[in-house]
Amino acid sequence: MKRRESLKYIAASALASATLAAGCKPGEKKEEAAKEAFKPGVHRYEDELQELKALENMPKFFNEHEIATITILGDIIIPKDAVSGSASEAKVPDFIEFTVKDQPKFQVPMRGGLKWLDMFCLKKFNKSFKDCSEQQRIEVVDLIAYPERAKGKSELTQGVAFFSTIRDLTATGFYTSEMGVKDLGYAGNKPNQWNGVPDDVLKQYGMAYTPRELEVCLSFDA
Amino acid sequence: MAKADFSSPNVLIYPALKTGKLEVIADAMAREVITDDNGKATGVSYVSKEDMLEYQVDGRVVILAASACETARLLLNSKSQRHPNGLANSSNVVGKYLQDSNGTAMGGYLPELFGRKRYNEDGVGGMHVYTPWWLDNKKLDFPRGYHIEYWGGFGQPAYGFGMGMQGINGKYAVNGKKKEAGGYGASLKEDQRYFYGANVGMAGRGEAVAFEHNKCEIDPNTVDKYGIPVLRFDVTQSDHEIKQAKHMKETFREMMHNMGAVITWGDDGTPENKYGLDKPGYIIHEAGTARMGDNAKTSALNKWSQAHDCNNLFCVDGSQFTSQADKNITWTILALSMRASEYIIDEMKKQNL
Ligand SMILES: Cc1cc2nc3c(=O)[nH]c(=O)nc-3n(C[C@H](O)[C@H](O)[C@H](O)COP(=O)(O)OP(=O)(O)OC[C@H]3O[C@@H](n4cnc5c(N)ncnc54)[C@H](O)[C@@H]3O)c2cc1C
Repeated sequence: MKRRESLKYIAASALASATLAAGCKPGEKKEEAAKEAFKPGVHRYEDELQELKALENMPKFFNEHEIATITILGDIIIPKDAVSGSASEAKVPDFIEFTVKDQPKFQVPMRGGLKWLDMFCLKKFNKSFKDCSEQQRIEVVDLIAYPERAKGKSELTQGVAFFSTIRDLTATGFYTSEMGVKDLGYAGNKPNQWNGVPDDVLKQYGMAYTPRELEVCLSFDA
Repeated sequence: MAKADFSSPNVLIYPALKTGKLEVIADAMAREVITDDNGKATGVSYVSKEDMLEYQVDGRVVILAASACETARLLLNSKSQRHPNGLANSSNVVGKYLQDSNGTAMGGYLPELFGRKRYNEDGVGGMHVYTPWWLDNKKLDFPRGYHIEYWGGFGQPAYGFGMGMQGINGKYAVNGKKKEAGGYGASLKEDQRYFYGANVGMAGRGEAVAFEHNKCEIDPNTVDKYGIPVLRFDVTQSDHEIKQAKHMKETFREMMHNMGAVITWGDDGTPENKYGLDKPGYIIHEAGTARMGDNAKTSALNKWSQAHDCNNLFCVDGSQFTSQADKNITWTILALSMRASEYIIDEMKKQNL
């Protein structure tokens, strides 16, 4: 039987797939693979890496005009404010480009929705959405951003559906970026650093820990 | 560093490697268990995923822990003159009694938690709060029970976060101001912050009744890329499971209501959709495919996870379960594995193995 002594520490863990991902033949480059595997960051399995690579190698889905329109719309949906930056600063247009390749079900609604928007603006202002003035753009957005207001207006309902889709994609792209996560104030992802619910929060909801809970459940090694 | 988390590499494999007595062969796809003329297990044959060549590893004892279905597959694929129906299968139960936990879920948000102060809530959000089965089945129209798992709070935003805002921001005053559903801009950002961390959900995980007719078996016509015959599945949920799911939904609705929560999804149980009962396999708690029992005619393994038909073969995963109770299965798998291991050592010392 062939023994693979040297591979034993790379077995049954993330390391095994890191080796595969680096494309090593057994017996080759083990050292580098092991070092590579200890780098902090996102861990991906071989098939995930292949999928990502395939996505990266796909030709661009949106043309320049479409991406420019997505960028303008994104920054209307998530503008810079006192707390955080805008959608485009968080690279939301790249996220949307990625997502429509990752989930092709978005391709027709996004492409068609952008076209709907341009046709609507052409009829109204004789210009594409992108070429409209800021004021004209907001005028159109106000018509399709509030589903209740637009209910039953057959000339607007498809636009409302499109705006809901791009609002969803923009919001999820933004709030899963570093900037968006900070904006929300997500305070987790700190292993072994949990001291329980803060005192003032407990008080606000009229609750308290028992001494035993404090002792047994809420102590950790620094 | 606290080791409050469990993972098999961290907690089992690395410490075992440190003893110097364990050798791991990575990227080995087990094909079958090899037996000798007396029907005893002598080792395992495998194909290397690296070079696609065939190898064999010999052992005094063979222990399968490939997960419930894969262990059944290995047993059924290990045919020999002494074990013509597959290994450990003179009872013909291998692959049968396949079961998963019953699952269904419901969720929404708690208005009381809108706009609350931020703090680290990781580890609190996916709570396996101990909710033991608390009811008397005599008063119910289904057997067995279920536990409930809860989640919610300031989770790390992932894909999907922030979507569907138009479904909530028109219904509740945001920081005291009533708004129109939908919207955009600085106002939308305010809404996202305000509603963050107020979501709450719960899922039931219940015991399904094990039936012989629910099974996996070798597909006579299909092999995988290693040429190993694959399994095919035939599992139908019974009325017991559907009634339990109905009860789960009613319980969740009551809890959400009494908490003051607003239900936004999962409250759509009807007889037609089996009260939202998840499909078999969806909860990923497969078990039952090589059940243990005292009677060698109706079970594959004895109470030590040892094959009735082959005393140096053990199956220590979910396959040995006769039922999985109303808890998730992994702790019990670990406990049974530990028990089987101690038994093996003992039997080896006594020269019985
Ligand atoms: C997403 C998810 C969430 C879960 N959450 C919970 C939970 O909260 N609580 C709980 O109790 N349970 C949970 N479970 C179930 C739990 O993971 C399983 O019950 C448990 O891992 C089973 O342990 P096992 O050792 O039997 O099998 P596994 O952990 O599946 O290990 C089997 C091993 O055998 C290997 N193997 C299989 N076939 C072969 C072959 N032919 N040759 C060589 N190697 C092979 C596999 O690669 C694998 O490493 C969850 C499962 C999933 C997928």
